[in-house]
Amino acid sequence: MSNLVNSSIGKKLMMGLAGLFLCAFLLVHLGINLLILLNDGGEAYRMGVEFMTTNILIKIMEIFLFGGFLLHIVYAIYVQVQNWFARPIRYAKTNHSQTSFFSKYMIHTGVIIGIFLVLHFINFYFVKLGIVAVPEGAEGKHDFYNMVLNLFKNPVYSWIYVVFMIGLAFHLNHAFQSAFQTLGWNHKKYTPIINFVGTAYSIVVPAGFAIIPIYVLYIM
Amino acid sequence: MESKGLNLTLKIWRQENAKAKGKFVTYEVKNISPDCSFLEMLDQLNETLVEKFEMPVCFDHDCREGICGMCSLYINGRPHGNDSGVTTCQLHMRKFKDGDTIYIEPWRAKAFPVIRDLVVDRSAFDKIIQAGGYVSVNTGGVPDANAIAIRKENADLAMDAAQCIGCGACVAACKNASAMLFVSAKVSHLALLPQGKIEAKERVEAMVSRMDELGFGNCSNTGACEAECPKEIKITNIARLNREYICSKLG
Ligand code: FES
Repeated sequence: MSNLVNSSIGKKLMMGLAGLFLCAFLLVHLGINLLILLNDGGEAYRMGVEFMTTNILIKIMEIFLFGGFLLHIVYAIYVQVQNWFARPIRYAKTNHSQTSFFSKYMIHTGVIIGIFLVLHFINFYFVKLGIVAVPEGAEGKHDFYNMVLNLFKNPVYSWIYVVFMIGLAFHLNHAFQSAFQTLGWNHKKYTPIINFVGTAYSIVVPAGFAIIPIYVLYIM
Repeated sequence: MESKGLNLTLKIWRQENAKAKGKFVTYEVKNISPDCSFLEMLDQLNETLVEKFEMPVCFDHDCREGICGMCSLYINGRPHGNDSGVTTCQLHMRKFKDGDTIYIEPWRAKAFPVIRDLVVDRSAFDKIIQAGGYVSVNTGGVPDANAIAIRKENADLAMDAAQCIGCGACVAACKNASAMLFVSAKVSHLALLPQGKIEAKERVEAMVSRMDELGFGNCSNTGACEAECPKEIKITNIARLNREYICSKLG
């Protein structure tokens, strides 16, 4: 008999839990990013970054965060490959069934987010670690404020960033409610609420991230 | 009333046996009554094939009234064709237009290998049922129907789940060829009733583990199964299955 973590339901459970954890992290990340909009010369944002990079609790959470990403990605690939193998001969006529649209492209939107993550690491995290040289215009490897402004002043970078956020929105749109369905939380009263929150989350969070480059580029 | 007959082009998957390489063969059928069923249309095709000493197209069927779950067919990209809440034997030809081209394919899943033409081996479903889709009762007198009180709501949900006829449309429709809707219906209709509660833990674990072994895909909550199920089984059953399984493994 299979155990919880390698059964079909268990794998999805791991993915879902890790995914929900990542959703919570996104909110924190967004909260800090939005400080840039205060237009106080980056004072509040710097304080946020300072807290996030030095606080010991955050340091510990960071390990969980990487664990969450790893778990989510590894299980996603595992599940997807199994799913492809489950239908070795495909249909000649494509499927016309009514389905939740974004659920069909989770692996694709997931890859988009993965690419963004690599870019994001090169631009910020690796700079902080000292693996990537501090870019011009920044005063040291913790000066995320100037790094952000430098990047977002470039329209090409900014618009690519916005496109990535749209990919994230598509992913989240299915992800949130799907995680609850996987957890077995389906209820007459609460499921419509979860669906509403999920849809709102998938629009508001990526939009919140996308506002910042637009602001830096055209308003600041 | 005289209704106009349909002339159709059929692209049918033909495959000699499980090992053979199959291909689509094109057939023309003429003057099909819009009132006949999809299977009756295939019967008419087969009659013309037999008259020409050709092998008729093999397809599964039995009751022809939507209760046995034997008929299948992936018709123009949809299991049981372009109608909802019906099996292929209940699908009317009036759902098609004169001159239509219809692709007819077998269920495609690793766990449902093609035996011949449009016939697939669905015994994987039987194996899942054998793993735990039953209640163990000692023989004896028939108990009174009202001896065990059951909440009306649960009785209704159990009956809805028990409508599953095991046709496999859920697997055929799912982009992952997952059997979760079938297994969830079978687990649900027992788990909701007191008689099924006794073995609930063992049942859900055994059935899920058998399902995994048989090579079905993993559920991605896409909902194609629910859209195509001829008995309109809801994916709330899948949530219940997840719940039963997770609780059973953790408890
Ligand atoms: S032949 Fe029995 S359900 Fe279609």
